[in-house]
Amino acid sequence: MKKVYINGVGSISTQRTFDNKAFLEEVIVYEDNVITVVDPNYKDYIPPAAARRMAKGIKMGMVASKIALADSGLENVDAVITGTGLGCTIDSEKFLGKLIDNKEEYLTPTSFIQSTHNTVAGQIALGLGCKGYNFTYVHASISFESALLDALSQLQNDEENNILIGGIDESGEQTIKIHKLIHHVKKEAVKSTELLNSGTEGAIFSEGANFFVLSNKKQQNSYAEIIATETFNTLSKENLPLAITSFLKENKMDIADIDTLILGNNGDISYDPYYHILSEGSFKNTQQLYYKHLCGEFFTATSFGFWLASKLLKTQTVPEVVKLNDLNNNGIGTVLLYNQYRGENHSFTLFQKC
Amino acid sequence: MNKGIAITGMGIISAIGNNVAENHASLINGRKGISRISKIDTIHKDAIMVGEIDFTNQELEGHLGLSPENNYCRTAMLGAIAAKQAVAEANIHDINAHKTGLVSATSVGGMDMTEKYFYDYIEQDTHRKYIEAHHAGDSTQKIAEQLGIEQSLVTTISTACSSAANSIMLGARLIKSGKLDRVIVGGADCLSKFTINGFKTLMILSDTYNTPFDENRKGLNLGEAAAFLVLESETLVKAGNKKVLSYLKGYGNANDAYHQTASSENGDGATLAMEKALRIANINPREIDYINAHGTATANNDLSEGRAFIRVFGENNVPDFSSTKAYTGHTLAAAGSIEAVYSILALQNNTIYPNLNFKTQMKEFQLRPQTELKEKELNTVLSNSLGFGGNCSTLIFSKNA
Amino acid sequence: MGNIKLELKEKIIEQLNLEDMTVDEIADKDPLFGEGLGLDSIDALELIVMLDKDYGIKLADPKEGKKIFESIETMAAYITEHGKK
Repeated sequence: MKKVYINGVGSISTQRTFDNKAFLEEVIVYEDNVITVVDPNYKDYIPPAAARRMAKGIKMGMVASKIALADSGLENVDAVITGTGLGCTIDSEKFLGKLIDNKEEYLTPTSFIQSTHNTVAGQIALGLGCKGYNFTYVHASISFESALLDALSQLQNDEENNILIGGIDESGEQTIKIHKLIHHVKKEAVKSTELLNSGTEGAIFSEGANFFVLSNKKQQNSYAEIIATETFNTLSKENLPLAITSFLKENKMDIADIDTLILGNNGDISYDPYYHILSEGSFKNTQQLYYKHLCGEFFTATSFGFWLASKLLKTQTVPEVVKLNDLNNNGIGTVLLYNQYRGENHSFTLFQKC
Repeated sequence: MNKGIAITGMGIISAIGNNVAENHASLINGRKGISRISKIDTIHKDAIMVGEIDFTNQELEGHLGLSPENNYCRTAMLGAIAAKQAVAEANIHDINAHKTGLVSATSVGGMDMTEKYFYDYIEQDTHRKYIEAHHAGDSTQKIAEQLGIEQSLVTTISTACSSAANSIMLGARLIKSGKLDRVIVGGADCLSKFTINGFKTLMILSDTYNTPFDENRKGLNLGEAAAFLVLESETLVKAGNKKVLSYLKGYGNANDAYHQTASSENGDGATLAMEKALRIANINPREIDYINAHGTATANNDLSEGRAFIRVFGENNVPDFSSTKAYTGHTLAAAGSIEAVYSILALQNNTIYPNLNFKTQMKEFQLRPQTELKEKELNTVLSNSLGFGGNCSTLIFSKNA
Repeated sequence: MGNIKLELKEKIIEQLNLEDMTVDEIADKDPLFGEGLGLDSIDALELIVMLDKDYGIKLADPKEGKKIFESIETMAAYITEHGKK
C-alpha cells in the first residue's frame, strides 16, 4: 500500500482562509446564528462566461479547487471526488420556488441543471478537461469523508496518482428558514468565542468549500500524510470509545500515539456530550482543539477540520483560538479528527506529520 | 485474470413489477409500465408519460410497517423495499455478523415531500418532520435502519443518471480492498414535480412512449424505481457455500468533460467508461454478448452512446444491444441498479430483452437494437449509465468469476 | 421593430446573466451563438421560454430555435411576425 499525502489545500470559509499564506493570524468573531463565507474575488478565478450561471456554492467550489490545485503545483489531476450534504441548495430552492409560484409555467432550465448534486464536480472536470473518475457523495455529515475514503483507497492501491477532493455546502435562504423552525439552527445569536457555553440546542449554520489535492507521491511542500478515515452511520456514546480504539488499532496505534485531537463541537447542548466523552475520558491528557466556532456548522464542515489539521501539521503551530484545553505538545505528530452531526454519521480521520 | 465480485442477492421495485419475478415476467412478455401520471398533480399530465409504481405512499408505509409518526420520503420507502428483497435472497439473517455496508444512490432524495410542503412548513407545524428527510443521505440512513445495519459504512452517491452504477462500482471496490465483507448497493428515486418540470424545461420529455435508438425518437419518459444488489467477498461466499447469481467483473467511470448536460457527439465519456470496464474485467470487447444500453431515447444520448459503441466494438461488431427504458422509463439515479438487475436476469435466463417501440433505424449509423425477445447463450453482459455533468459509467456482469 | 431589438438585448442580458455586457455591445446582426455572443444550448432553452412568456410564441422543438435565434435581427423579425402579446 502506498502512502498518501496532502499536497495542496484551498479553503473558502467564514474566515479569510482563501489566502494560503495565512493561518488564522486574524480571526473574525461573529455574533449571529447564521454566518456566511468571506468571499474571494471570484472573478479573479472564473471567466465571466462560465460564472454567469453559477450560484455561490458552485463558485466557492470552483475557486477552492483552483486554489488547491495551484498550491499543489499540478496542472491537472486523475480524478475529482466531491462531497456535499445538501448539494446546490440555492438553485434547488430557486427552481422549486418558481415551480410553485408560477404553477409549473414558464420555468427555465438553468437552475434545474445547476441544482444537480454533482454540478461542482462536473464543472471542475469541465474546467480542467479532466476525463477521469468523477464522483459525488451526498451523505450528510460524512459526505466529505466518503470522498476522502474513496480517494484514499485509489491512491493507496496506486490506481491513480493525484486526486482532487473537496467538501462544499452553500446556505439557501429557505433551507435556513425551515431549519430554524425545527431548532437545528440556534434561536439566538451567539458570540463565536462563547459557542461552547451557549447552553442551548441547535448550531450556528454556515457554508464553505474546502478542497485538497491528495497524492501518493510526497513532495517538498506536502502538508501531511493521511493515514485512514472511517465512518459510521450510527454510534452510541457508550460505544464511541471502543470504536476509536479499534480504529486506532487497525492502524497500529493506540490513544497514547495521538498527540492532538480535533473535535467537532458545535455548541449544541444535545449532541456535544459525544465530544465530552472523549475530551473528559480517554483523551483527557491529549491536546484538544476545536474549529466550528470559526467555520460554523454545515454538512461538510469537517473539510474545514481537515484543512486545520493539514495546516497544523505543516506549520507545526497551534493558533491560540482553536485550543480547547491547556495542554501543549512539543510539536505535532499524529492528529485524530472526530465528528458527528446530531448523533449520526460519525467519522474518524487520522493524519501524521510527513 | 481479474476476479469478479460475487452477487448473491437482488431486489427491485419498478413500474413493471414489485419484485424480481414480476419484473422478469414483464420483460419477457414485452409489458411496459409507461402510462399517464396518476399520483402527482401536474399541469403536464397530458403532455407526458411516466413509469409509475402502483403503490401509494400509504400502501408503502403499510408494507414496511412504519408508524404514523414516520418521516420516510417515497424514495426511502422504495429503496427499503428493494434492499430488503435483496438481503432476503442473499439469505442474510444477521446483518451485522460481518462487516456489512450500504451504498445507495439518489438524485431526488426527499424532494417529493419538500415540494409538497415548501410553504406549508412555514405556515404550520404539521409536516415539519419531513424537513430532516429532504437531504439525499437521509433516505439511505432509513434504508440502513430498515436493514438493521449499525455502526457501519453507509453512504450515498449522487452523480445524476449514473448514480446507482457508481454505487455498485464503489461497493465492489470496498470488497476488493478488504474494507467490507459484504455490501448492499443500488439506488432509489421516486417521481417528483421537481424532476418532471426540470426535464420539461430541457425539452427532452416525450409526449408518448419513449423509443430508444429510433430515428424519430422524441425524448424520454421519467420513471421511479429502486433496486439493490448484495455483493459478498469470496471468503464469505465460500464459508457460507452461497449461491452466486452472477459476478461483477468490470467497472469504469469517466467524465465527458464536454458540456453540463449534453453528451459529446462522439461519445468520449461513454467510450472511456466502457474501455476502463473492459480493462478491469480483463476481457476483449468480443467477449461481450449483450449490451444493456443507457438508451434514454433523447436525440443526444442515443447518438452519443451509439457512436461510443462503434468506437469500442467497431461498426460491424457491436454486440446485440437494447435499452429497457421503454419498459420502465428513465429512473434517473436508480437506473444503473435497475439495469444491473436486468443484466443479471439476462445472464440467468440466457435471454436478451427487446428494445420496445423501435421502428426506424437512425440515419447516423447502421445500428439496430434487438427488438425481439432473443434466447442465446449469454456469458458476459455490459451495462451503461450516462448522466448529467458528463458522468459516464459502465458495469460488466459475467456468469463466471 | 427598433424597440423590440433594444428590448430583446436588455432581456437577453438580464435573463442570461450577461452582467458584464451592455446593450451597445450587441450589434443587431451579431451571431448570438458560437463565435458571437457565445451562447449555448442551455441559453437557447432560456430564450424559448422567453418567447413563450413575453410574446406568446410556443416552439415545440428546440431545433426550430436555431434559425430564429441567429441574431437580434432574426429574433425581432420572427417576433414581429408571430408575436401574440
